[in-house]
Amino acid sequence: MVRVLIPSQLQSYTGGLSRLEVQGATVDEALRALDRLYPGIRFRVIDEQDRVRRHMRLYVGPERTLDIGTALRDGDEVLIFGALSGG
Amino acid sequence: MSTAIQLLVGTRKGAWIYRSDAARQTWTVQGPIFLGAIVSHLVLDPRDGKTLMMAASTGHLGPTIFRSTDGGATWTEAARPPAFPKVAEGEPARSVDHSFWVEPGHPDEPGVWWAGTSPPGLFVSRDGGDSWDSVAGFNDNPMYWQWCPADGGTPDGALLNQIIIDPRDPAHMYIALSTAGVFESLDQGASWAPLNRNVEANFFPDPYPEFGQDAHYIALAPTNPDRLWQQNHCGIYRLDRPSVDWDRIGNAMPKEIGDIGFTIVPHPRDADTAWVFPMDGTDVWPRTSPGGRPAVYRTRDAGVSWERQDAGFPREQGWFTVKRQAFCADRNDPLGLYLGATNGELWMSDNEGGDWRCIARHLPEIYSVVAAPL
Repeated sequence: MVRVLIPSQLQSYTGGLSRLEVQGATVDEALRALDRLYPGIRFRVIDEQDRVRRHMRLYVGPERTLDIGTALRDGDEVLIFGALSGG
Repeated sequence: MSTAIQLLVGTRKGAWIYRSDAARQTWTVQGPIFLGAIVSHLVLDPRDGKTLMMAASTGHLGPTIFRSTDGGATWTEAARPPAFPKVAEGEPARSVDHSFWVEPGHPDEPGVWWAGTSPPGLFVSRDGGDSWDSVAGFNDNPMYWQWCPADGGTPDGALLNQIIIDPRDPAHMYIALSTAGVFESLDQGASWAPLNRNVEANFFPDPYPEFGQDAHYIALAPTNPDRLWQQNHCGIYRLDRPSVDWDRIGNAMPKEIGDIGFTIVPHPRDADTAWVFPMDGTDVWPRTSPGGRPAVYRTRDAGVSWERQDAGFPREQGWFTVKRQAFCADRNDPLGLYLGATNGELWMSDNEGGDWRCIARHLPEIYSVVAAPL
């Protein structure tokens, strides 16, 4: 299992949950697992070309990643943030 | 006869619905709906009179579509919002930044909806807006990157900003683009041809190109679908089909006002009548009400002449303007006109533009206003 941090912008999908656990050997697998639980959530973060959206940030632990193929290990934490996006 | 109206208001920070009494004198408000969401367009399906379709995104999150069938009390997100096909590595990749326009399909095609996006894309849903497919005839057209160059666009991105279905024929469509002008399809989007002859694009070496114009807004005359009105980046135009030659009817506007603006509203019962809301397109293009004195201009002779209608608007220091989807009419008699301003004010006239009054203040910047019977 990996832990996922859900930012406020996406908590309307998770019923207010900010932390939860899913299965996934890569960031993408974890996001797809998240999407099965909360349909639509992945597309708000990842575009149709599988790129992280411009004003979103993904971290695996302390490391930022732009590659949703990044491998995960059991116990890893995926952090999703809404970055700065204007006024 | 007047009937109660609902105004569907999309703003930079959410949506609101205003509902009137039958006389259109008092209004109640519902909202904010999705506070903080960028709502480019919110429309009612005239085919069932109850489905609301909303094009929404946020500063952070990707774009989506929400639907409501209970007057906006609850909303369901599209299972598959508009999205371009995934491309192979190395090919130019597009992703929808936001849906800008949602259009109900032809009355004979219940459940069909169309969407225009930024970057320019055409999408169709055949299941009431739950899943959306890329329309290959436009999005994968061999001419796409010439019609929609990657470096083109408005400050909010290049737009496929409008879709019009001929009420007589669901296969006959028009679209408007900020990077290419007006296009026509006779086969429901499978193929497209530019329709821009005589329309100026004064930002090119050849100011009358086959395509490349910035068509801010187009509208069919409801009682004569062969008549198109266009508020273009470079002026006001009219086209009477089957002709393909646009006529710059904005030349009859007062020179001190000009014929620049974002939108044009045809009269629902009189094919010779339409309204525009001019903005300042001089110098560095302030895009404000000319001289700080907001006004609409009406033609009742198909653009041969225009008359100013400004009663009720600020006489001075009024610098708002009105964006593409934010000026509309109801179908009452006398006609009601409604406009949403960039300063968050909602204005209406219940006598065909003769007098204006502000019915809401302090909203976020208004992007769209749609009037529908309640």
